[in-house]
Amino acid sequence: MLRRSMVATAVAMPLLFAAGPALACGGLIGPNGAVNLGRTTTLAAYTNGVEHYVTGFSFVGAGAAFGSIIPLPDVPTKVIKGGEWTLQRLLIEVAPPAPEALAFAADSAAGASRAEVILEAKVDSLDITVLRGGGDEVGLWAKENGFNLSPDAPEVLDFYGERSPIFMAVRFDPDRAAAQGIQQGQSTPVHVVIPTDDPWVPLRILALGKQAIEPVQADVFLLTDREPATLPSGNPLSGEARDGLTLSLSTEASDGLLADLRSDRGMSWLPESGMWLSYFQLDAPAGQVDYDLAIDADGWGRPSPVDAGYAATSEPAGPDPWISWSILGALAIAAAMMTLRRRPAGWAA
Amino acid sequence: MRRPRRGGGLRARAAGALIALAATALAACSPATAGPRTIEIDVRYSGFSMSRLEVDAGSTVRFVIHNTDPIDHEFILGDQAVQDRHETGTERRHGAIPGEVTILAGSTAETTYTFAEPGTVLFGCHLPGHYAYGMRGTVTVA
Repeated sequence: MLRRSMVATAVAMPLLFAAGPALACGGLIGPNGAVNLGRTTTLAAYTNGVEHYVTGFSFVGAGAAFGSIIPLPDVPTKVIKGGEWTLQRLLIEVAPPAPEALAFAADSAAGASRAEVILEAKVDSLDITVLRGGGDEVGLWAKENGFNLSPDAPEVLDFYGERSPIFMAVRFDPDRAAAQGIQQGQSTPVHVVIPTDDPWVPLRILALGKQAIEPVQADVFLLTDREPATLPSGNPLSGEARDGLTLSLSTEASDGLLADLRSDRGMSWLPESGMWLSYFQLDAPAGQVDYDLAIDADGWGRPSPVDAGYAATSEPAGPDPWISWSILGALAIAAAMMTLRRRPAGWAA
Repeated sequence: MRRPRRGGGLRARAAGALIALAATALAACSPATAGPRTIEIDVRYSGFSMSRLEVDAGSTVRFVIHNTDPIDHEFILGDQAVQDRHETGTERRHGAIPGEVTILAGSTAETTYTFAEPGTVLFGCHLPGHYAYGMRGTVTVA
């Protein structure tokens, strides 16, 4: 129930690959270490204890393969082609007059020498590998599999590996793209299904390979069973906010939106009603994006500082401290009353 | 029956220790057995564990670099011209030239370099983006 009530949301982490000049949603790394990232759009929906992560990969140019890596909160059960226009429909929902084409960039590489490959899939021109391993293992796997990692990759991969050992590496195959007639700039949506109690959206990975002053821009949509509590909050007047991350919309998802989304390929899992739509916009220099978006998944209204990347070690999930203290206080009062009742007659008050 | 002298054993052991100490000191000072100074540097998160070093002019130093990152790195010693040349170079591996070595992911490599003249020598990694990321340092030769 708690899981159900949780929020979900969209995680948006793009990854991408591209050949030659490329766009990526996440951190994109080119053969020479240079990275040019476009704006990333991602949907993270969480319902019935399952996170549905939908993002798109596009490429610009042709030539060497590129790749990108996305940290995941848990082991996915499947990776399939996403709906054709889910992300575009969400963008229209928040910006009706600007039905722009999506541009996703990607980050590259992930790999590990002894990382365990737990799932492989092909989606159009993308070769997708889900790995289990720490940051070093995934980094070595990526290196051995031809990914070029930027110098900040070891630290960033460790940042995620300490919280979740699951990564998704995405490699773009330019030859297959050419054979399939995929055009430059055309986005390939990928839908990752992740049963988890602990959804979060990776944001720091979007800064991978960027100079500290380079901008990181992303649209992150969350669809959850109830209004989520997040960390950062995205609202400077409420909770812990971070410069550059703005909660631009928080409202019940309209039946019309849900009906549209449900009619897209592979989106029938989405409830017909009762979902909450949150729209975050990230626009910050890469050097400031040192956090992720934690989503309260247990209904206590306490998004985890660990999931947000604020703390290095996990803290136990549970009720707010004031709840614990209230319970302890009630127990103390009850114990005191029992003691008073047992007090022998004649004791002074 | 003669009673053994109680302090004799201690004095003998002390004398032996002094002799051993003197032998060690002589060996340490002997030019015939002194090798190059060894400096060990760790690489983690694309950063050298030390960015400033001091050595004597005319000395030879053996650098041992431990790379614990999952990506390759380089250790290139030389003046600014050397650094500039490697920043735009295309050599994928180093190792044949003193003061230039590639350290593969998760491995240890070493190179030996003689600092002939007083001055400043630079070191850095010139894989794409690494030097700008901060993988560099200086050696002061006095």
